[in-house]
Amino acid sequence: MTRKKIMDIKSLTIAQAKKDLQEKKYSSVELTTAYLDRIEKLNPTLNAFITVSKAEALEQAKKADEQFSNLTIEQLSNYPLLGIPIALKDIYSTIGIRTTAGSTVLENYVPPFDATVVKKLKDAGTIIIGKTNLDAWAHGSSGENSEFGPTKNPWNTAYVPGGSSSGSAVAVAADFALAASGTDTGGSIRLPASFTNTVGLKPTYGRVSRAGIISMSSSMDTIGHFTKTVEDSALYLSVSAGQDPMDATTPDQPVPDYLKNLTKGVKGLKIGIPLEFNPFEDEPTRQANKMKMKEALNVLSKLGAEMVEISLPHTEYAIAVYYIIQPSEVSSNLARFDGIRFGNDRSSFGEEAKRRIMLGTYTLSAGYYDAYYKKAMKVRTLIKKDFDEAFKKVDAIIAPVSPTPPWKLGEKNDDPLAMYLSDIYTVTANLSGNPGLAVPIGFANELPVGMQIIGPHFSEELLFQIGHAYEQETKWFEKRPNI
Amino acid sequence: MKIDVKHVAKLANLTLTEDEIKKFEGQLSSILEYVETLKEVDTDDVKETSQVTGLENVTREDETTPSLTLEQALSNTKSSQNGNFKVKAVFKES
Amino acid sequence: MNTYSPVMGLEVHVELKTKSKMFCSCSADYFGKKPNTHTCPVCLGLPGALPVPNKTAIEWCIKIGLALGCEIQLFSKFDRKNYFYPDLAKGYQISQYDQPFALKGSIVLSDGKKIGITRVHMEEDTGKLTHAGDSTMIDFNRSGVPLVEIVTEPDFENAAQVVEYLKKLQQIVRYLDVSNADMEKGDMRLEPNISLRKNDQTGLPNYKVEVKNINSFKFVDRAIEFEIKRQTEILDKGETPPQETRGFNEAKQNTVSQRIKEEANDYRYFPEPDIPPLRFTESQILDIRSQMLEMPDEKYERFQKEFGLSEYDAKILTRDRALANYFEEAVKLGQKDNISSKQIANDIINKKIDINSTPLKELIEQIAIRSQVVTIDESHLKETILLVLSENEKAVTDYKAGKTNVLMFLVGQVMRKYTSKIDAKIVMEMAQNMLQ
Repeated sequence: MTRKKIMDIKSLTIAQAKKDLQEKKYSSVELTTAYLDRIEKLNPTLNAFITVSKAEALEQAKKADEQFSNLTIEQLSNYPLLGIPIALKDIYSTIGIRTTAGSTVLENYVPPFDATVVKKLKDAGTIIIGKTNLDAWAHGSSGENSEFGPTKNPWNTAYVPGGSSSGSAVAVAADFALAASGTDTGGSIRLPASFTNTVGLKPTYGRVSRAGIISMSSSMDTIGHFTKTVEDSALYLSVSAGQDPMDATTPDQPVPDYLKNLTKGVKGLKIGIPLEFNPFEDEPTRQANKMKMKEALNVLSKLGAEMVEISLPHTEYAIAVYYIIQPSEVSSNLARFDGIRFGNDRSSFGEEAKRRIMLGTYTLSAGYYDAYYKKAMKVRTLIKKDFDEAFKKVDAIIAPVSPTPPWKLGEKNDDPLAMYLSDIYTVTANLSGNPGLAVPIGFANELPVGMQIIGPHFSEELLFQIGHAYEQETKWFEKRPNI
Repeated sequence: MKIDVKHVAKLANLTLTEDEIKKFEGQLSSILEYVETLKEVDTDDVKETSQVTGLENVTREDETTPSLTLEQALSNTKSSQNGNFKVKAVFKES
Repeated sequence: MNTYSPVMGLEVHVELKTKSKMFCSCSADYFGKKPNTHTCPVCLGLPGALPVPNKTAIEWCIKIGLALGCEIQLFSKFDRKNYFYPDLAKGYQISQYDQPFALKGSIVLSDGKKIGITRVHMEEDTGKLTHAGDSTMIDFNRSGVPLVEIVTEPDFENAAQVVEYLKKLQQIVRYLDVSNADMEKGDMRLEPNISLRKNDQTGLPNYKVEVKNINSFKFVDRAIEFEIKRQTEILDKGETPPQETRGFNEAKQNTVSQRIKEEANDYRYFPEPDIPPLRFTESQILDIRSQMLEMPDEKYERFQKEFGLSEYDAKILTRDRALANYFEEAVKLGQKDNISSKQIANDIINKKIDINSTPLKELIEQIAIRSQVVTIDESHLKETILLVLSENEKAVTDYKAGKTNVLMFLVGQVMRKYTSKIDAKIVMEMAQNMLQ
């Protein structure tokens, strides 16, 4: 097959595939088939997908190919992702394709509507290749909470890929799709991105519509995605972002051209390094992560960025605040799952969901609301203020994503609190609503490590600019797992 | 901190096994102990965050759009009758 | 034996007649429609669906607040009220907890008694349950229809005050044109809470009985009277009636315990994170106020002053806005024909004019004809009387035999021969003379 050579999906990016498809180097059907074949072969090992929508994907690809043949260049510009195979976290409602949230409660649920973002992605011409695995209800940091079996890390299948958007991260890392969608409530995109050598964007709260995406914690849920490169991430956000009349929490904020400043570099930018994000204890695994962070910061310095030490003094309270607000909202958001209008009844909830429902019900109950939820929402204000203050001094903040590299499957299963603490560097941005871009910074003991670039509200453009500059210098994305 | 797990489960409409009740008693207590740390923070003059982006006043015009069809509305239920969702008799009024 | 005085408050739910539902754009016109044909992911509570509040419904809620003399809160928000019931799609109702749109208003009753209004807030309706044997049917067409809840202070002393308050409230929301407030269709639902205070006792009683399922003004009265009697009997035994919710049973005209409230429900209210808070400026509130038309009490006062109507006439003519408008239009039109507002009021009230089938012009013409003062041609009148007497020989014989009361009958017959109004007195005098 001569074509396969041209279409080396291991090195393929959205930007490249767009070009190739337009130049008819290969068709969308060929591209989609190549991914479907790879999924068929490797997914049994990695368990990245809950549902593969092969028939629908091929149908869409055929339609895309027709459009490539029939439309003018100008018309094609209305379909910025035409023919591009992507995967969706199985918490995005898809009309006619079952949507499980990783839980047996919804094992047979087929939504009668599409999430707003799904509509947008379809309108942009993407091919939806399947629905990816996740910790049930997005509750988890490892992917092990899925009721459809854990997803494995393609870099070493004995390790977790991070969660909760485990299947989406792996779908991109293992070249099952060119991009995959995720949700990030406490780190669920950034953590798995950093565990799989992929680029993960957690946009500003409200930047991308939540409508039709099964809610976890409404005040913190953000709708982002995984790609191989920063440029691809920007391309994807150009499609997914924007105000939505179906989601009252999306502001009327213009969607800029996210590619415009991509190549501007970091010269003269002030990068804040938060004192409080210095976890680094004596454990050797943590030492390795610390080294990688140092190297990354050196690269950025070399590129002309100025490093400034900053303080986010309320960081130490972030996990406590998060583990009050999040379960409280979870307990209410999961109340609709009563088995009457859809799904199985409440006895089908798994242990983690029950734990969070119980915790949240307790913290909202009479006599405790003020001490827990209300108090947490006040400390949340202080955490947000920390960021506002910091961004008066610096353009962006860089911090580690995870205190540790990926851990082994089963390693943290018995201690929920220990698992919760793995979100320690990610939850602050969810509490403050700031955007965060996770970018690969290399490998420690042959497992990926990532950093996050956090910016002011609606500064995704700047995050792409910084991330791209670093990425072009290091090109970690070119390294692919051996599977 | 001792939590009345059974009472909370009732509020949450969850049926827990004895094992779960025991397990949650311990786990929830240790999580709540952990979050006690917030007591240290002085929040006397702090307002709670409602919308983290500061958004206010979002409404829609009073206009209608087509509803789901009856078939779509009922498409995911296990139990329906004559276009209604059907459940075991709940409390019978009067 | 003790004597007690009732302490009563009222919660009234008024369903707004907006085109669309409160948080989605399904049609809110659900009454009598096929079950589950007015639903969407939002009002069915499907996973991921989010609420977006209806601007008109919010404005109407504020209008109700303004009409009840409330203080409109410049900062307000929605909250989630969490509880489980099969008619509640999301497992929570979006309502308002500690920052409702309007606080502290009142309605003044005709005896001068002022009923304090604690709060006016906005929420959404639930689905409708129908019980059929061992199953319950759920129709979500009503789910998410905008509801305004109006809560009073425990200021009512008797059932008559409650009924008058309800009638006034109904009149106000109809005047505002925000609800049909039809009790039978469930547009207006009321829940009195009733307890009794010993006459030597101060403060509120230590229990409260809430009564539901009352769908007419008549039944409010029945339910309250029944409860007063029932609670008196319990208190006389030295016991305290349990704090509970009771349902009114129409057939038996009594109330039946629904469930004893377990140490008050724990609704776990918290601010609805899916809906940003609402902030109004004074000028926005003024703007809403300026759109409001005259309220019934104002109209009632004005009708007396401006048109010289009696309290009674003014009350009837302001009962609903359409009738009041009809009257005012008629007055305007009648001016040309020198017809007084008093004449028009009399005509509308005494003749029970159906305003929908009587065009204004016709009404005025009729009044004009009837009130024309016709100078009667005496010889013509004489001829007419003679004609009537010859047509009614029996009556004439009866009169002559002493049954003088047939005179009125004969006068009437004469007057019927005329198209315009003539003076009965003149006819009577002449007829009397001619009969002798």
